[in-house]
Amino acid sequence: MSTTAKQSTASTTREILIRRFKALLPAEQVLSSAEDLHPYECDGLSAYRKLPLAVVLPDTIEQVQKIVELCAELDVPVVARGAGTGLSGGALPHDQGVLLSLARFNRILQVDPQQRVARVQPGVRNLAISEAAAPFGLYYAPDPSSQIACSIGGNVAENAGGVHCLKYGLTVHNIQQLKVVTIDGELLTIGGSGLDAAGYDLLALMTGSEGMLGVIVEVTVKLLPKPERAQVILAAFDDVVNAGQAVGNIISAGIIPAGLEMMDKLAIQAAEDFVHAGYPVGAAAILLCELDGTNEEVSAHVYQVREILNQSGATEVRTADSEAERMNFWKGRKAAFPAVGRISPDYYCMDGTIPRKHLPEVLRKMADMSKEYDLPVANVFHAGDGNLHPLILYDANKPGELERTEEFGGKILELCVEVGGTITGEHGVGMEKINQMCVQFDALELTQFHAIKNALDPKGLLNPGKAVPTLHRCAEFGAMHVHHGELPFPELDRF
Amino acid sequence: MADISEQLQQQVRSAVDSRRPLSIHARKTKSFYGHPVEGTPLDVSGHNGILHYEPTELVITARAGTPLPVIEQTLAEEGQMLAFEPPHFGEAATLGGTIACNLSGPRRAYAGAARDFVLGCKLINGQGEILQFGGEVMKNVAGYDVSRLMAGALGTLGVLLEVSLKVLPRAESEQTVVLETSDAEAIERMNGWARKPLPITATCYDGASLYVRLAGTQSTIRAARKVIGGEEMPPTRTWWNKLKEQQHAFFSSSKPLWRLSLASNTPPIKLDGKWLYEWGGAQRWLVSEEPAERIRRAVEKVDGHATLYRGAGNIEVFHPLPEAMMKVQRNLKQAFDPERIFNPGRMYKQI
Repeated sequence: MSTTAKQSTASTTREILIRRFKALLPAEQVLSSAEDLHPYECDGLSAYRKLPLAVVLPDTIEQVQKIVELCAELDVPVVARGAGTGLSGGALPHDQGVLLSLARFNRILQVDPQQRVARVQPGVRNLAISEAAAPFGLYYAPDPSSQIACSIGGNVAENAGGVHCLKYGLTVHNIQQLKVVTIDGELLTIGGSGLDAAGYDLLALMTGSEGMLGVIVEVTVKLLPKPERAQVILAAFDDVVNAGQAVGNIISAGIIPAGLEMMDKLAIQAAEDFVHAGYPVGAAAILLCELDGTNEEVSAHVYQVREILNQSGATEVRTADSEAERMNFWKGRKAAFPAVGRISPDYYCMDGTIPRKHLPEVLRKMADMSKEYDLPVANVFHAGDGNLHPLILYDANKPGELERTEEFGGKILELCVEVGGTITGEHGVGMEKINQMCVQFDALELTQFHAIKNALDPKGLLNPGKAVPTLHRCAEFGAMHVHHGELPFPELDRF
Repeated sequence: MADISEQLQQQVRSAVDSRRPLSIHARKTKSFYGHPVEGTPLDVSGHNGILHYEPTELVITARAGTPLPVIEQTLAEEGQMLAFEPPHFGEAATLGGTIACNLSGPRRAYAGAARDFVLGCKLINGQGEILQFGGEVMKNVAGYDVSRLMAGALGTLGVLLEVSLKVLPRAESEQTVVLETSDAEAIERMNGWARKPLPITATCYDGASLYVRLAGTQSTIRAARKVIGGEEMPPTRTWWNKLKEQQHAFFSSSKPLWRLSLASNTPPIKLDGKWLYEWGGAQRWLVSEEPAERIRRAVEKVDGHATLYRGAGNIEVFHPLPEAMMKVQRNLKQAFDPERIFNPGRMYKQI
């Protein structure tokens, strides 16, 4: 087909779609002018932008079912979007598809303090759940750093984490039931009101599936009692290796901190300049260790952890004695990303996870690459669970610098895989890390992922092109996942 | 310690070629669970051994045929444990069977199920391909969560070869207290405590007494006892162990044993039989000769499900699924095992 013919088909599809959507939804819930579409052109990963054919804003489950049925009928891709805070381009629109915004699904349907669950619509913000549960002494544990803005539907789609995962788990550990619209327009209830459900564990499969298997229209989350007490310790180190060792020593002592965060010199400096949290500027690394639990338990653990930190070579150990001081210790860590944003025109946040023991080696190699690519890196690290967030500092206005940054970022992820880790701990693959999927998985594994996708979405209309690369894409990318000593993708031509 | 993955893969391949179903097993301690399978036996027990164990990383990886006691002993030497406290149902229990059945013990409501601790796995799919998913790190969202999907799939999606699990430190001390209550009050109390930050790691109500296990530092337990009350029981590891292994007198009946999974605060259900509650009220055992239909209708009314845990006759073991859900399950089975050679019918006759 010629380009002109293609364009005219697309515009016809678009016109039919918009006409049919307007028959399903009130006019203000169907957006199609370029001006109205622009706010949806990207998610939190703004380096990738695309305009969809249309944006629809349903506010009932029935409307979602009808929208999805219509898209299936017309073979039009559907990309679901919550708050659009994702960092991997998971909600990047499809240029031949519809963007299905769940922003109007913003109601907390029920907080049940007896059963300790909250039933909410997917567009409800993460933090709003904990706020609604607070009068009952309960809260929702996963707390991604975007929790003020990010929505629970997106949290489920990405299996979002946060700083408390080591002790309280990821999204997958903290949800009990989902209502999902399948590509056939069927409404499936997954999970149940008990702790398990009959059949395959679709709750696990759906969590982190990045909008590829269904559209989440309702989420029931588990609520936990607020710990009696939380206390945070800040320790400074003049050597990153000692800080890493200290993390292992705390865990070996049988203590699971609620949060265990590390920042390197550049991140400490940037945070301190920004929020003046009183961080020890000049330290090679700091650790923030939060302990929570019963009053007695926290007292015992604070004492123990201080001892361990001192024995691990900390140059300074401070304990927050008041809630105000605790918030102050956290302030610098929570402001780390915007703080880095102040010292560089742009930054690129990575999200690999490694077995913690490889931290010194990974940091050393990253420092070498930083020199090679001539791009500084600030490191913020969920040290307890090995989740790295290197921030690469760059300037998008300098020709070639974004490309160099992306290449450097890709190398960091490949390094994570090399030491036995993963390319994404909590941000998802989305569009961003799709090439690195070819490094982490071989052709057979990717084929199995495609078979799963096919089981739930045979036409491949739900968020197509994200999360799982085609084998052709991997061959083009030239990733060398050498499996059992065989060359990958021998069945494909080399480009 | 042996790696027989190639041999297993060969057996799977020839089963695929001849389209003859396989009945996957190791030491058969869980063969009572689910429907019997007619198929050529595929014995995984020879594929065993701990591959990596890093106490400071809180991760263990072992081959599927590794005996559970070996894993638990190895962890105990480092002061760690499998926090989901799996039942063994025999000394020969293996890691693979435990994960395939997703069996969890008394700590489940307070720490998580087997599936919650699965970090990664290696498996043979229904085309005889060896695949690896997840890994040995806590946070990993690359690709669909196939590893957790394997937990509870009863071997119908693949032959587990290796599993990586998150492990946790054991508590400094444990204590159990007993209170005499009615069933309704037991449910109310267990749910009331769950709304408070108390160091509870197990609960059980046997129809007369409510048992509560506390764990943590000694000072934490002392403080919690003031809230909970009750009488202290003598050292109790064996008591909870007997409960999880179903050696408690309650389980000695020859009548059908049902497992009801429902919201923990559901009031007592009116069905004839003997009851035992666990998991804060979320898991209820029922020894009863009531018709399956009646039990299932009653549990559906409260949005739960019922499993015929032990029993005979021509009764569906697992709770029947709505058609739309069964369709998804069948499609998933097809995605992993297109020739339907792995444990066909063990879970549902359609898969």
